[in-house]
Amino acid sequence: MDKKEKKIPRRKFLIRGALSTVGVLAVGTYIFKNPIRRGIATAINTTDAPYLGDTSTPVIWFEITENNTIILYSPKVEMGQGTFTGLAQMTADELEVSMEQIQVVHAPSASGNIDEFATGGSTSISSLWMPLRELAATMREMIKNEAASKLGMAPVQLTIKNGVLSGGGKTMTYAEAVKDITDWNVPETPNLKDTKTYKYIGKPLARVDLKEKVFGSPIFGMDASLPNMLYGAVVRPSNIGAKYITANTSKAAGMPGVIKIIKEPDFVGVVATSRMEAEHAKNAIEVTWEIDRNWQTADIESLIAVGNGKPFVIQKEGDAKGILSDEEALITAEYKSPIGAHAQLEPNGAVAHVTADKATIILSTQVVKLTRDEIAERLNFEKNQVHIIPTFLGGGFGRRLHTPNAIQAAVMSKAVGKPVKCFFNRKEEFQNDTFRPPTHHVLKAKLNPDGLIEALEHNVSSGDVAFGSPMVPSIAAPILGADLGAWRGGMIQYESIPNFRTISWRQKLPFATSWWRSLGLLANTFAIESFMDELAIAAKKDPVAFRLAQIQDDDRGYRLKEVIKAAAHKAGYTNDVKNGRAMGFAASTDTNTPCAQVVEVSIKDNTIKVHKVTCAMDPGIIVNPDQVRAQCEGAIIMGMSASMFEKMEVEDGMLTPTIYGPYQMALMRNAPKEIDVVLLQNADTPGAVGEPPLGPIGAAIANAIFRLTGQRLRTMPLQLS
Amino acid sequence: MQNDGIPYASIFCILFQKKLSQQLKFNKNVIIMNISFFINGEQKSVTITDENTPLLWVVRDILNLKGTKFGCGKAACGACTLHVDGEAVRSCLYPVKFAEGKQIITIEGLGDAKNPHPVQQAWVEEIVPQCGYCQPGFMMATAALLAKIPNPTDEDIDQNIVNVCRCGTYYRMRKAIHRAAELATTSSENS
Ligand code: FES
Ligand code: FES
Repeated sequence: MDKKEKKIPRRKFLIRGALSTVGVLAVGTYIFKNPIRRGIATAINTTDAPYLGDTSTPVIWFEITENNTIILYSPKVEMGQGTFTGLAQMTADELEVSMEQIQVVHAPSASGNIDEFATGGSTSISSLWMPLRELAATMREMIKNEAASKLGMAPVQLTIKNGVLSGGGKTMTYAEAVKDITDWNVPETPNLKDTKTYKYIGKPLARVDLKEKVFGSPIFGMDASLPNMLYGAVVRPSNIGAKYITANTSKAAGMPGVIKIIKEPDFVGVVATSRMEAEHAKNAIEVTWEIDRNWQTADIESLIAVGNGKPFVIQKEGDAKGILSDEEALITAEYKSPIGAHAQLEPNGAVAHVTADKATIILSTQVVKLTRDEIAERLNFEKNQVHIIPTFLGGGFGRRLHTPNAIQAAVMSKAVGKPVKCFFNRKEEFQNDTFRPPTHHVLKAKLNPDGLIEALEHNVSSGDVAFGSPMVPSIAAPILGADLGAWRGGMIQYESIPNFRTISWRQKLPFATSWWRSLGLLANTFAIESFMDELAIAAKKDPVAFRLAQIQDDDRGYRLKEVIKAAAHKAGYTNDVKNGRAMGFAASTDTNTPCAQVVEVSIKDNTIKVHKVTCAMDPGIIVNPDQVRAQCEGAIIMGMSASMFEKMEVEDGMLTPTIYGPYQMALMRNAPKEIDVVLLQNADTPGAVGEPPLGPIGAAIANAIFRLTGQRLRTMPLQLS
Repeated sequence: MQNDGIPYASIFCILFQKKLSQQLKFNKNVIIMNISFFINGEQKSVTITDENTPLLWVVRDILNLKGTKFGCGKAACGACTLHVDGEAVRSCLYPVKFAEGKQIITIEGLGDAKNPHPVQQAWVEEIVPQCGYCQPGFMMATAALLAKIPNPTDEDIDQNIVNVCRCGTYYRMRKAIHRAAELATTSSENS
C-alpha cells in the first residue's frame, strides 16, 4: 500500500546538531502533477487539492532533548483543526515514542522549515501522511544504528519502547544514543509499519493542545507581547474601493499616550503607549479617501448573475447543451447565496520588532512564507532577516491565507524603534474581510421516461475565490479560465447521468473575495443538492434512492454510495413528517471525501429549528476519530450558521453589519442537540476532513423545510416567508 | 515572548505620567488614578490615566493575564467574559473604575491543571476546544451560570450561554455544561 517510489530520497536529509539536541530536517520531493484547465477541475474533486496547502516539499524538523522528549516543529499551523494532534500520533507510532514524549510546536521561519504553501485546503494531515511517517521511521533507524554502535551490538539485537532502546540486558535512551553524534549515517528509508499495528494512529486521543486551551495559556498571536512594547493602530477604510490620499493628524498627535504618528504612502497610523490610547488617537485622524462609487447590494447582485461575464465549461459529459436547449419538459431552478464574513474570533494583527538588521514578527497566520516575503520586500531586507514566529490561530477559515497587516506592524515598529503590537478592531475586521463571494446558480434538467436524469446542467456565477489571492494571481485567469476556488463542490457527482455539464461564470467584485472554509462547496452543494431534491420529487422518487441510482460504478462512486446509505440508514431517513418534524437529505464530494447528511427540523414561531444532524463521511484512513468527529460537528454548525443566518450587505458603499449580533450567527440555542457522526474508511490514505462536512448541510435543511411546509427555499440565508 | 508583566506595567505608568504633566495644563479632566481590586485572590493596584479604560485591557496589558480574550470590544461576543464579584461580566465594556474594591476572577484564577474547576474538568473530558480562542469566555460564563443554577436545563443553557464560537463547538459545550453540573454536585457532596 505504501508506494515505494514515493520514499524520501536519502540525500534529502539535512542534519544539524546543537548542544544536547539533534535535529533532522527532511526535504522530501513529492511532485504533484500540474494539470491545467479541465484537468485541474478533475484533480480538485478527485485528489487532494494541489493548489493550496499541498506540501509538495515537506519540511519537518525534529529535536531530541536531553530528557528524552521529542520536539516536532510543525510546518503546518494549528487553527483548531487538530493537525498537531494527528502529527504527534503519526510521529509516535513510527518513532516508537509515547504521545507524552512529543511536543508539537509551530516552526518559526528562522528554523528553516518553512512551508512552501499554506495551511489550508484540508490537506495538513493528508499531505504529511507519507513524509512524516517516513521521516520518523528513518530517524528511528538512525538512532538505533548509533545506539547499536555505542553499545557494541548489532541493530537487530535492539528493541525499542517509548524512546528507550534495549537489548542484551542493556538500555539506552534516544537522548543518550544521539548525544555527541555529529556525523550521521542515513539509511535507506525503511518500510513503514502495517497500519493495523499502529498504537496511536486511529485512536480517539485527546488533542495535544487541550490543557493550554482550557486553562487560558497565552498561545495566540494576540497574546504575544515583547518588553517595551507599544501599541499601534491603523486607519482602515469603511468604503469599498477607498484609496488613501492624505490625512490630517494634528488632533491625534496631541492626544494622551501618543508616541508617533506614522504616515506612509499607503496608510496612516499611530503608535501609543496603550491599546485604547492608540484607538482613540486613530479615531481622531481625519483621512481623505478617494471613493469611485457608492456600491449597493443591488449592484453586486446584478454583477453576480449567470450570463454575465465569460462562461467556462469545467465539466462535460455527453450532450447536455443540445438536450437542454429544447424547452419542452425542461425543469429549471435558480439559487443564491450571499456575501459571507469569516468572523473568526481572534482579529488579525501582529506583534513586530524591527531593528536595523532584523525583523521579528509574531502572529497568527496560515501563510508563514508569504508573510515573511512580503515583509522583507517592504523593509528592503533579505528574506533571512525576517523571522516569523507563528502562533496558535484564534480561528483561520481562510481569513489568514493572506496577512499583509503584519507589514504595517513592522513599518510602525521600525519607525519607533520598539516592538509594536497592532490589531484590527471588530468593525475593521468586518469591513476589511476577504469575503466568501456571493453566488448565483441556474440549474436545468430533463428526466427520462424512467424518472432518472437524462441531462443536467449547473451554471454558477461567483466572485473570485482563488484569483487575485497571492497564491493564484489574477494573471492566471486567462490560462485557467474559471476560478478553481469558486467551482469547488460545483461539479456534478452523479456521473452515471448520460449528459451533464458545469459552467462557471467568473466575476470580479469591487471588494476582496477569497478563501472561506470549503470555498465554493457550501453554495454549490446547496444549489445542486436542492435541485436534486426537486428532481427526485418531480420524478416521484425517494431522494436517497434517486441519488444512488445515478452514481457511477467506480471507486469514487462506491465510496459516495456507501456514505449516502450509511447516513440514510443511521438516521432512519423518511419522507414522512412525524410529530411536526421532517427530514432532509443531501450529499457532496469535496477533495475526494464524500459526505452525506440527514437533518431533522421543525418550525416554531416561524423559525427553523434543527434538532438532529446525522453525518456520514469517508475521509479514508482516520488518524484521530475524535478530531474527525469534532471537525464534522464544527463544520455542520458553521455551515448551518452560514446557511441560515449570515449575510453581509452593501449599503452606500460600505459592507455591513460590522459587529456580531447584527451579523447573525448560530449560537448555542441554534445548535442541534444531537449530532450523530458515522465514519467510514474506504480509502487507503487519509483525505480531507476539515471542509467536506460543510457541503451538504444547507441543502439538507432546505430539503427538510420543503417536506415540512411545501415551501422551497432557494436563497441563503434560509428564511421562511 | 510572554511573562513580561512587571516591567510592562511600570513602563506604561511612567510614559503616561510624562505625557500627562503636559496634558494637565490643557485638560483638567485628565488625572492619574489608582484603582485597587482583588484579582484571582490577589490584591492589585493599578495606575491609570483613563478611568474608563475597559477592564479587559487592564487585565491583559497591565496585569498580563492573557486568558481573557478580545473578540469585539462591544459586548457582542463574550470572549472577554470574567467574573466581577461572582457575576459574569463582559470586560471589554466594563470601565476599570467600577472594579474598585471588587473581586475579579479570570480563567487563570478559575482553576489550573492540578486543581481544575469542574467546568474546566468537564471541558477536558469532553474535549471541547477547537481553535480555543472563545473558550475561556464560555467557561467563565458557564461557571457563573452553575453558581446560580447548579443543574441547568437545556433551556437555561440556551438562554444564558450566548457567547459566539466560530468553530462551532456548541454541541460539545452543551454536553460539557451538563457534565460540569454533575461534577460540581458530586464534589460538593464529597466535601
Ligand atoms: S470582546 Fe467583549 S464581548 Fe466581545
Ligand atoms: S473554539 Fe474557535 S471560536 Fe470557539
